[in-house]
Amino acid sequence: MQLNMDRPGVTIFLQGNAALARGALEAGVDYATSYPGSPTVEILELLAQVARQCGFYAEWSVNEKVAVEGAAAASLAGLRALAITKADGLNVALDFLTCLGLTGVRGGLVLVVGDDPSGHSSVKEEDTRFLARVAHLPVLEPTTPQEAKEMVGVAFRLSEHLAQPVVLRTVTRICHAGGNVTLGPLPQERRRPSLGTEDRFICVPRQHLQQEQKLREAAKLAEAWNLVSYEGPAKAETLIVASGPGLLYAREAVKRLQRQDQVGLVGLKMVWPLPETVLQRYLQVARRVLVVEEIEPFIEEQIAALIGRNAGEWPLLRLYGRKDNTIAGSFGGGCGELTPDLVRAALTTILGLSAPEETGFRTEFRPPERELAFCAGCPHRASFWALQSAIALDGRRAVVLGDIGCYTLGRGRSGYRVLHTVHAMGSGLGLASGFGKLKEWNWERPTVAVLGDSTFYHAALPALINALYNRSDLLLVIFDNETTAMTGHQPHPGREVDARGEPAKPVSLEQILHGLGVPLKIQDPYDVRSSMRAIYRALKEEDVRALILRGPCALLRDRKLAQLRTYVDQMRCLGEGCGCNVFCSRVWACPANRWDGLRGKAYIDETLCTGCGACAQLCPAGAIRTEGGEAPWREG
Amino acid sequence: MARRLEAEPLNILLTGVGGQGNVLAARVIAMASVASGYQVAVGETFGASQRGGTVASHVRLALKDRYGPLIPRGEAHVIVGFEPLEACRALLAYGNINTYVLANWRPLPPVSVLQGEEEYPALADLERFLLEHTGGLLVLDATARAQELGSAAATNMVLTGALVASGLLPLDPQALDQVLKELFTDAVLELNRKALAAGMAVWEQSTPQQIWLGCSPNKDSATR
Repeated sequence: MQLNMDRPGVTIFLQGNAALARGALEAGVDYATSYPGSPTVEILELLAQVARQCGFYAEWSVNEKVAVEGAAAASLAGLRALAITKADGLNVALDFLTCLGLTGVRGGLVLVVGDDPSGHSSVKEEDTRFLARVAHLPVLEPTTPQEAKEMVGVAFRLSEHLAQPVVLRTVTRICHAGGNVTLGPLPQERRRPSLGTEDRFICVPRQHLQQEQKLREAAKLAEAWNLVSYEGPAKAETLIVASGPGLLYAREAVKRLQRQDQVGLVGLKMVWPLPETVLQRYLQVARRVLVVEEIEPFIEEQIAALIGRNAGEWPLLRLYGRKDNTIAGSFGGGCGELTPDLVRAALTTILGLSAPEETGFRTEFRPPERELAFCAGCPHRASFWALQSAIALDGRRAVVLGDIGCYTLGRGRSGYRVLHTVHAMGSGLGLASGFGKLKEWNWERPTVAVLGDSTFYHAALPALINALYNRSDLLLVIFDNETTAMTGHQPHPGREVDARGEPAKPVSLEQILHGLGVPLKIQDPYDVRSSMRAIYRALKEEDVRALILRGPCALLRDRKLAQLRTYVDQMRCLGEGCGCNVFCSRVWACPANRWDGLRGKAYIDETLCTGCGACAQLCPAGAIRTEGGEAPWREG
Repeated sequence: MARRLEAEPLNILLTGVGGQGNVLAARVIAMASVASGYQVAVGETFGASQRGGTVASHVRLALKDRYGPLIPRGEAHVIVGFEPLEACRALLAYGNINTYVLANWRPLPPVSVLQGEEEYPALADLERFLLEHTGGLLVLDATARAQELGSAAATNMVLTGALVASGLLPLDPQALDQVLKELFTDAVLELNRKALAAGMAVWEQSTPQQIWLGCSPNKDSATR
């Protein structure tokens, strides 16, 4: 099945991200950019696959700021441009975006932003709508994959009508949801870039007034463009105002409680600016209003302000939502993702109905939790083992600053809880630059920054330059698995191919570091003892120095090493009597290292084992054996 | 084209561990369901769980209405567990005493178990727990069937095959075959087709005593 199939009217199943990509194709996107971040990764992946064939441009950008800038350039040249980020990524682009909101744009510029309520694949649950508000950009929110597809086209038209970027805010339950999507026609003609002799886009403060005028115009369009829906009785005293998947949960709750003739349901597809004229029609006859939305009480606070402005004119009404914990959220206290159960419970409360009977099982049984862990054969496990061993040998309790990627799991069991901090892309190195200056207080703990290859390109350079210029003391350890692994192996600027699979000009990590004059060593992480020695020695040095631990992601590695069969010699394994505390499974914790409780011996699950051989170097009894293949630690 | 559903919406939860292919199985079922005329909503809960975490796909089928992508707690009609512990975890959250469970009897211990901090419950205890708390249970070693066919990666299609043959899913095998032909070619297509057939055969060859262990006769006749 091809995303660009030309079969208008046909209904197929599409994941939300695929529906958004299809929407971009149907809207005739000319230029698409992104940096991979869940939950929106698949959109650019899918677009890049068909870009050449459909005649548009798509790239993985080095970071989200540059992604938005690239898309903005295409828009200023009159093209339709799409920039795709996760919520955290929009922060990176925000400085530029607040300026772009002042100058305005020419061709349609749509920012598809994926928020991740409850942070299923993020370090935080951030609500993008506040950022869009700071930048004075209208925000649209789809409810279903079908609507997500249509909304890309609506967002482009709105952007061109206002000459302003438009944010299409999605959430995990759109991006990673799926449903019936009816395809529309694909455009036949392509645009050409242009820039008039009088066209200028220069940011000045008084453009603030134009921004406000554009927002007022957007609010006016909401009704004509069907960006507000209503279902329910003509005059509803109980009103739900919902956006995104919250609308579906609210509809299901009303149906389950059989209150279709009593409860009105307003669906907001434009959530900023608030379509006040349409909304007040329903609000001024309501007595109780429940707001159902993802992450923060954004619509709720705007409605509270609207009620305040109409005090004395409307009958008294009571507002319920996240703020007062009527919508408890998955985390409680109004925080965390919506679920159908939370919305039904909230509606039950405000209707004064008795709570449904507890249906859960009465049992004490709680399955053990399944914490995320490095895959079998992951180079990061070996790297973290070497790092924590070297730090222990060094004895000065090094401070280790973490970053964003698979190696973030270094905060947990499978990275031996080595990391002291995890914040944002590249921030570990900025923090390291600061910790490395604490020597002026006679602080003697060494500073180590751990970050991945893709993260290095994304946001680490300014922090590294800062550390060099200001003579900070830090050891930068780059966990280089030669891909952007966490989000599903997208290429980055160090790779030989681009998003479309075409030849790229790789920017080498070591050339950057050499150019900056940073002393550098490169080490194979699977050669655990050598890595340990290299880290130990580097910890003793001063100033800024770097170590690249380079080993390809275990999920991608060609199977050259896999020819290395790894097994436990049952005669040599001393079991519980060894004194190793069952090192291979209990301490090292690779999923392929297993413990046979009946026989009291270790064994290797050969269906999971990738043959990296790291555990064979570490077994104190020498019981883990390898045969065949090339083992890196045997060479020297 | 679309058959009447036993329940509206019909809620099916596929659950397992990252890398087992349950998201793909859910997509295959969803594509076949849309092609068969149903309104489908799927919610994929995977987060960062390619790294050994729990992965669940919520699949909801309806004749007309569009539903949200998450099954309300306690309302799953069918749970397909790709791993015994995950089948139990999903049942506790999303199942009820009438839920049917198909479970791949192939444990994958969490890292806390590998590290000896927690114990993986005895499989016999897990089976007893599922028997006592479900409307019917079928356990099978789908991974072994898939490995016989050449790759453990086809575990998901063996389970899908068993699910289709059980009649709990209102789909014809041809609809699934059509989807496989859209998604795959050559050797991979053949592997998936064989796996689907193997899963169906597991159901067909099981005796009534093996199928829906613990379920009452009237429920049995209602689904077969």
